[in-house]
Order: sequence, then structure tokens, then C-alpha cells
Amino acid sequence: MSEKTLTRMDLSEAVFREVGLSRNESSQMVESVLAHMSDALVRGEQVKISSFGTFSVRDKAARVGRNPKTGEEVPIHPRRVLTFRPSHLMKDRVAAGNRSGK
Amino acid sequence: MIRSELIQKIADEHPDLSQREVERIVNTIFEEVIEAMARGDRVELRGFGAFSVKHREARTGRNPRTGEAVDVDEKHVPFFKTGKLLRERLNGA
Repeated sequence: MSEKTLTRMDLSEAVFREVGLSRNESSQMVESVLAHMSDALVRGEQVKISSFGTFSVRDKAARVGRNPKTGEEVPIHPRRVLTFRPSHLMKDRVAAGNRSGK
Repeated sequence: MIRSELIQKIADEHPDLSQREVERIVNTIFEEVIEAMARGDRVELRGFGAFSVKHREARTGRNPRTGEAVDVDEKHVPFFKTGKLLRERLNGA
């Protein structure tokens, strides 16, 4: 497995290459996509990208946690968490691409 | 929000680009993330989150209906971890 880490730069490079915008515009578009998705999620909306996956916001109830080092009880406040459910297409492509022996 | 609404919002902000172009741009971005994960790579988007691939060992599972043992092959599954900034924003920071 190659195990590289891609960043925003690689995504904007792909936009530059595939669509032919300038590098500057390409990186703005990547920012724009992430910003709109984040804003929708912060408003509590689900973000459903067909053939990619679904991001949803879930409410977690308060509970009593424990500091694993000291054993001390600590209250965990109610909070909102984001979950991502990959599409079937993404799951299939990730499974196929990483099959051992490749 | 669905893909077409995301495309619309971005198109509204960029009157210099056609709807078709914005569609290609958005699709390219999502496609690039999937391709990276299919190669076993991570995609780290600071402030938003990181996509990575997790390995699941082969195991003996059970058909919950019949209780019958079934072999489950090892596999690789997509995983997303929310970024710190987005996690804080979700909680009103």
C-alpha cells in the first residue's frame, strides 16, 4: 500500500488539471466546496452526496465518563457529532482497490 | 443538502462559471477523494476532516437470524474523522 496523504493542494491540483481553471481559482473552488458543506452541517443539515456518501449530525446525550488514567469520574456534556456513511460505490471501490495481492 | 444544491450554491457565487463547469469541478473533487482511498491513501482536509482506509481482519461472523457461522473475509473500509474546527463549530464554538 502506498499510504500517501493528500491535502487540499492535491484536490485543487486535480481541478486545475481536469477542468483547466487557474491554480488560484482551483484552490478557491476546493475551499468553497468544503465551506458550503461545513456550513450546512453546522446548521444541522444532512449533506448527501450521491455516489460519495452522507454526512449527518447526531446529538449525543450527556453521560459520565472516566479518566482512564486516574479512574476519576468526569461529566461528558451533551454534544453534536458528525458521522459519515460511505456510499456503496465508495465502499466497493475502496474494497476493490485495496484487495491484498494487488 | 444534496449534490445538486451544493453545485447550485457554488454556481451562484461564481457567475463567471457555467453550471456545467461547476458540476465538473465538484465531481472532480469527490472523485479525487475516492481514487485516493482506492489506492490506500489518506485525504486530510484541515478544519473539515480526514478520509482514510481501515483494514478489517477476516473473522467468523454469525447469521443473526439463523445463528449459523459464516466466514467473513478481510476487507478495507472507508473511514472519516471529523476535523477539530468543524467539531468545535458543530458545538457552537
